[in-house]
Amino acid sequence: MDLFGKTITDLQSLIKDKKVSPPEVWEYFAQRSKTLNQDINAYVTLLDKPNNTNLGELSGIPIAVKDNYCTEGVRTTASSKVLDDFVPPYESTVTSKLKFAGYELLGKTNMDAWAHGASTETSDYGLTKNPWNLDRYPGGSSGGSAAAVAAYMAPGAIGSDTGGSIRHPSAWCGIVGLKPTYGRVSRYGVIAMGSSFDCPGPMTQSVEDNAMLLQIMAGKDPYDATSSPVAVPDYRSEMKKKRKLKIGIAREYLKGVEPDIQTAFENMVEVIKKMGHEVVDVSLMSPEYSISVYTIAQRAEVSSNLGRYDGIRYANNRDFFGQEAKRRIMLGTYTLSHGYYDAFYKKAQKVRTLIKNNFKKTFEDANLIIGPNTPVTALKVGEFEKYPFFGELMDQLNEPASAAGIPAMSIPIGLDSRNLPIGMQIMGNYFDEASIFNLAYQIEQETKFFDVIKKGREKYK
Amino acid sequence: MSKYTPVIGLEIHVELKTKSKMFCQCDSDYFGKKPNTNTCPVCIGMPGALPVPNRTAVEWAIKIGQALNCVINKHSKFDRKHYFYPDLPKAYQISQYDEPLAEHGTLEIQNPKTETAKKIGITRVHLEEDTGKLTHTGKDTLVDFNRSSVPLVEIVTEPDFDNAEDVKIFLEELHTIIRYLDVSDANMEEGSMRMEPNISLRVQSTKSKAQIINVKQSFELPNYKVEVKNINSFNFAKKAIDFELIRQAKLLDKGETPPQETRGYDDKKGITFSQRSKEEAQDYRYFPEPDIPPMVFTNEEIENIRKTLPELPHQKVARYIKDYDLKYADAFILTRIMKTAQYFDSVISDKTLQNIDVPEKSKNVQNAVANAIVNKRIPTSISQEEFVKEFIALHKPIEVDSEKLTQVIDSVIAQYANQVEQYKGGKVGLIGFFIGQVMKEMRGQADPQEVHKILLAKLQ
Repeated sequence: MDLFGKTITDLQSLIKDKKVSPPEVWEYFAQRSKTLNQDINAYVTLLDKPNNTNLGELSGIPIAVKDNYCTEGVRTTASSKVLDDFVPPYESTVTSKLKFAGYELLGKTNMDAWAHGASTETSDYGLTKNPWNLDRYPGGSSGGSAAAVAAYMAPGAIGSDTGGSIRHPSAWCGIVGLKPTYGRVSRYGVIAMGSSFDCPGPMTQSVEDNAMLLQIMAGKDPYDATSSPVAVPDYRSEMKKKRKLKIGIAREYLKGVEPDIQTAFENMVEVIKKMGHEVVDVSLMSPEYSISVYTIAQRAEVSSNLGRYDGIRYANNRDFFGQEAKRRIMLGTYTLSHGYYDAFYKKAQKVRTLIKNNFKKTFEDANLIIGPNTPVTALKVGEFEKYPFFGELMDQLNEPASAAGIPAMSIPIGLDSRNLPIGMQIMGNYFDEASIFNLAYQIEQETKFFDVIKKGREKYK
Repeated sequence: MSKYTPVIGLEIHVELKTKSKMFCQCDSDYFGKKPNTNTCPVCIGMPGALPVPNRTAVEWAIKIGQALNCVINKHSKFDRKHYFYPDLPKAYQISQYDEPLAEHGTLEIQNPKTETAKKIGITRVHLEEDTGKLTHTGKDTLVDFNRSSVPLVEIVTEPDFDNAEDVKIFLEELHTIIRYLDVSDANMEEGSMRMEPNISLRVQSTKSKAQIINVKQSFELPNYKVEVKNINSFNFAKKAIDFELIRQAKLLDKGETPPQETRGYDDKKGITFSQRSKEEAQDYRYFPEPDIPPMVFTNEEIENIRKTLPELPHQKVARYIKDYDLKYADAFILTRIMKTAQYFDSVISDKTLQNIDVPEKSKNVQNAVANAIVNKRIPTSISQEEFVKEFIALHKPIEVDSEKLTQVIDSVIAQYANQVEQYKGGKVGLIGFFIGQVMKEMRGQADPQEVHKILLAKLQ
């Protein structure tokens, strides 16, 4: 049976109907991953064999997990040599839930070291290549997860998004990636980057797969005090409701965006209108405020979170930190220093409240807000050097949702003139992932995402 | 010393005896356990591990705040306090910075000897986590994280003390309160209660009160502060402070300002010694702990915690004096251990005691019971029913069989002829021996005074 391109949902029914066995599925993806990884370098660690005895809806489904999720007994590096030999003695809540549902951990995917970046270039385990064009960045920091899904090395993957780390590589690799509401998914066991921003989320080939994985991942966790008790709806049935939505466009987000992306976006807006949804203009605070807030608060949290890596209790010592981590530690330490706290961190928190209120207010007038996801499509390897604060620049359209803590998804909406995928961002109100899934699913039904996902993997058939 | 006024403030840490640690489910009772066996990913600072605050610890810290007459903040939060030390696994301690659970309290202390009262300001009461423990062995330093993240309440006083005696009284009173609240073992030797005094001397103004124009100026704090650590008993606290006051006075006499520093206390030598200079002031880079949402308390929640407060020792003392006319000293001793005070309370509520005639000097039955307990005339280890029985027996007017008494006295005199000879020869102290023998024969059923009188007459 040819499994190529099957979604997780497809595989689930094939396994259920005994058309294919879990060992066959494992063998298929393990083999593909091993072979393709030589060129793409999506994984830091690949597992030899399946090792989950739990039976559940994900039984027999191999999934790739970003290497910042602690997986008991499986090396977890966050793509930093500091954690080169770190084998966690415990399991993150997300992977525990997946494990309980029967999933098979296929491998741990490459990322920017400590999730610091938007290219995977800061990884101590080499750059991940964009499957669309091996000379280009996959985006990041969840670049390994995005590339693994795009090249069909895995039917789905788990990433984490602090300031765009799921949405950005999803856009550049042409897949579906969701950053849920902050607190919707437990952070327990996810190596902390910016603690008040970090959001674990699913990266998939289809909206339904995405909704199905979030269903498993979401919910209050007694091990994460910031996880939310808000009830988790049935995303798949919410997704399939025939809703006519009111969709806001913030023109502020189109400034400085490449013409090809603008064109694809405007085209998408027309499609949405034709589908019968109401499109309205909304006004949001300029993304530049979010960049400042995000940069200050995230660096402060990074500088604090990385303090524990002293090599005393586990892993290697501080000498193993790379340049980017050091830069962030320095900047964060500075902004938290005596006399600077009020001017930086405290002020950033105040502006962050304004950003939140701005979104809340805007969602009174619209169910969802759409905009482009990245100002440019996948850059060529090396171009990173041209942009100081590369990550912030690439994530300028992602960071407002991160600063506010609202859910946002990247879906493919076409290809640019260089045959590279273009992503569109759908932002929703707090804990309203259901509406995002609803619109994304309708667009998927209507457009098949312009076959972007299919075209992406075709090369790796 | 009269040239200087001591200015002393205290920082006290109390380890809570909650079932689990402050931010994880490990046992908070780490004492005597094999090193690093009482740990988990959270308290050892594993990548990705997150703290979840212990609700009971929060409530107990509020309780301590309430017992110290603090304002309980309806909004409170945890902050990260950063510093690097091998016993601090996350390189930050989760503590509280600008929104502690409780602040602006007072505790009144009374000198039991002079019976004078003094109010000590409580600056704040906040909750934090304990660190691991370092053991230095030769060239190596070993770390044990069993204690890491045990809940710790920090109590900070205003610099309201001007002598070491008051500090000791305050600490003992605080210790008693903590024990009453049943939130900590508050054991100084085991380290579940730790204290650090901040000590300095203010040069007394030579101006008379009338000459001081700016009142605030006369209360200005000295421009240095010495913190003393490693004090593990109340007596050592007093000794360390007294030592410091003299040391600092000597420096000031020479025209020097004692350096701002942290000093240790050596209890064997009875001296303090310099540990680290505070010149290089630590920048802790406090910021709100993003892993723990801020805490918001309603009035109702705060009042519900207040309802769980027991009657506190100083409240009991006041009640005993007011309601029962007890002597301060008796009331004080009765209330040092809550169980004793409770025992007293339940004994005096026994109805059968209402009609007992107590000696006139006892004023009332409550005083007599207090007296029996304080002077250990009846042990409090027996049941309250037994105590009441013994108390009644002690105060029952003895019906003396005078005929039998005369017989017994005569037989004692006959039996101890030798001693009678000695007594008559001048060893008058033997009278006690005779009384004892008579009382023994009478099985206590005689009035010793009466026996004494008869014996004196017969031995003439």
